[in-house]
Amino acid sequence: MPHVGLFIPCYIDQLYPDVGFATIELLEKHGCTVEFPAEQTCCGQPMANTGCTDAAIPVARKYLDIFRKYEYIVCPSGSCTAMIRQHYHDLVHDHPDFERVTTHTYELCEFLVDVLKVETIKGSFPYRVGLHQSCHGLRELRLGSASELMQPRFSKAGQLLKGLDGIQLVELKRADECCGFGGTFAIAEEAVSCMMGLDRIHDHEQAGAEIMTAGDMSCLMHMYGMITRQKKPLKVMHVAEILAGRQPQ
Amino acid sequence: MTATKVRKHPVNAAVFVADNDRAHWHDQALWFVRSKRDKMAATLPEWEELRQRASQIKLHTMSRLADLLEEFERNATKLGAKVYWARTPAEHNEIVLSIVKQHNATKVVKSKSMLTEECHLNPFLERNGITVTDTDLGEWIVQLLEEPPSHIVMPAIHIKREEVGDLFHKHLGTDAGATDPPYLVNAARKRLREEFVGAEIGLTGVNFAIAETGGFVVCTNEGNADLGVSLPKVHIACMGIEKMIPRLKDLSIFLRLLGRSATGQPITTYSSHFHGPMPGGEMHIILVDNGRSDILGSEEFRRSLHCIRCGACMNTCPVYRRSGGHSYQTTVPGPIGSILAPSRDAKTYSTLPYACSLCGSCSDVCPVKIDLHTQLLSWRKEIAHRKLLPWSKRMSMTLAGMMFQRTWLFTMIGRWGRWLLPKLPRFMVYNRFNDWGKQRELPPMPKKSFRELYAQRKKERS
Ligand code: SF4
Repeated sequence: MPHVGLFIPCYIDQLYPDVGFATIELLEKHGCTVEFPAEQTCCGQPMANTGCTDAAIPVARKYLDIFRKYEYIVCPSGSCTAMIRQHYHDLVHDHPDFERVTTHTYELCEFLVDVLKVETIKGSFPYRVGLHQSCHGLRELRLGSASELMQPRFSKAGQLLKGLDGIQLVELKRADECCGFGGTFAIAEEAVSCMMGLDRIHDHEQAGAEIMTAGDMSCLMHMYGMITRQKKPLKVMHVAEILAGRQPQ
Repeated sequence: MTATKVRKHPVNAAVFVADNDRAHWHDQALWFVRSKRDKMAATLPEWEELRQRASQIKLHTMSRLADLLEEFERNATKLGAKVYWARTPAEHNEIVLSIVKQHNATKVVKSKSMLTEECHLNPFLERNGITVTDTDLGEWIVQLLEEPPSHIVMPAIHIKREEVGDLFHKHLGTDAGATDPPYLVNAARKRLREEFVGAEIGLTGVNFAIAETGGFVVCTNEGNADLGVSLPKVHIACMGIEKMIPRLKDLSIFLRLLGRSATGQPITTYSSHFHGPMPGGEMHIILVDNGRSDILGSEEFRRSLHCIRCGACMNTCPVYRRSGGHSYQTTVPGPIGSILAPSRDAKTYSTLPYACSLCGSCSDVCPVKIDLHTQLLSWRKEIAHRKLLPWSKRMSMTLAGMMFQRTWLFTMIGRWGRWLLPKLPRFMVYNRFNDWGKQRELPPMPKKSFRELYAQRKKERS
């Protein structure tokens, strides 16, 4: 029985508690014991991506200190997982637990598919769903094939979603264009960020999606903001929520 | 663009986005090129291997660039060319001018060269009484408009057909309101032919210089490089020192990647090879540094010199497509430009590495596998390190770092925020200080955080 330390990104902790519980349910359903170490806060990405390395280092150290005791660490965010796995080297490669902790931190769908070898998940979700391939998961963790690369097409989240009864994954015109969230980019380049978000929303709408899902709640939070402002019927749900059997509210 | 003030990228971008129809038109035009590239790349089963090899060849080249440049100089000289070394744009421009003056020439035709843009050669020559005509159609259009190119492969991609019609009506006397591309292109061709025939000096850029042979290759789609150097007796070729490749047999890898990545063509229409001057003519090759050696000396950014200027990173960049090439205010815009520009002047171009959502598409599209988005991130670190970040940004990140180090503080601030926000009147949340809220609602604020609910559940279970 794999013993999993659950890493819940700061904004999910504060704003989307149900994504955390959906993650726990999924992991427990597939035979894991899950523990949420309460001292955790954030992976340090907001500071690191702004270039403020000094502010990010102690936060990264804290992460390693907290999660060193777990066999696996699972996180329902591709972006935060990518931060830990790809960018901690620049910050904390001298920490004694750097190697083990970073190589044992997984994004949720990746953990289900690659470690637990889950092929399909039982459940039903009779809706037309657009899968937004969040960039860091896609191009830094390779959770799916990026459209730029000439390689066989795959998507770990897509594969799991496809197994649900009644689900219909819609085809987007631009398979994996960025939604424009980008952390502090959403504020610093507000105009471009929102244009990108609206373009992504339109792509899902023209494809007939009722629900937009993604492995990163941050992309969805950004697009939800515009969907709500413009009173569009499109709904957003984290992949974990759909896979754990939640239905649209 | 040295004369105009460099504004922050978000300011320029917001102006571009404000013309929503045009911004979408621009986005679509470039996405179309990206899609063509995808289709073309997909026809080669060895695509990823080609990228890998190209990247390795460039890595090797940069590791012994000085030797290769000297080898090139020796071989080119043997072929009868004259080779010059220029450290700065000013040196480069002086060399060109001195050659032009030696021949008492007043007319120069130029095929597309980003390097001469970088050196601001046109205005310099014009100040010295020399007429320069850009013979690449796109480049000529922006020259007539007195604008810099907005893209390195398609310099006039930001101009609509109707605008070209108006421009040609004004300068060439074509019919008013004409927008038919063949008609306009024909008019341009006729005028450019006259320029070609009258020109005394032909100037070109260089796509690849081959150390082993001393020859070089210029890629164009309009054949204007061939024409431009076949009619005049004097050929001046200007190149950045990073254009080097070691052997002739390396060339095919780059040619196969370049056309497909740039415009989705299997190969550029003309790959013109030059080996020494034509009989009775002269060939001058100017090797320009302009900061490239400094980049070569930097562990972090050296790989940016691998660039073959295909423009694919611009076509794929979701920010470039929606902010336009001019928003960068650099000769080379887009992802690669946002790395190169701060290498020259980090203070002036400090917002460019942040004009990026870090989506990583550029790194995956780049035919020579430059890790563009990671280098942009490295630039952010550099900029923060050199204290070029605005104070407010630096301060907020320091405070965030302090908060995230203290679990109790993070939890407390989170709880207060979730409690307070829903109680505030709308105008206090959504106002001009809240850039998030200009076009976006904030997420609903749950009563309890995950950690609170988790602790509660744990208690209930035990
Ligand atoms: S960085 Fe790569 S993709 Fe961009 S122009 Fe250069 S070679 Fe092309």
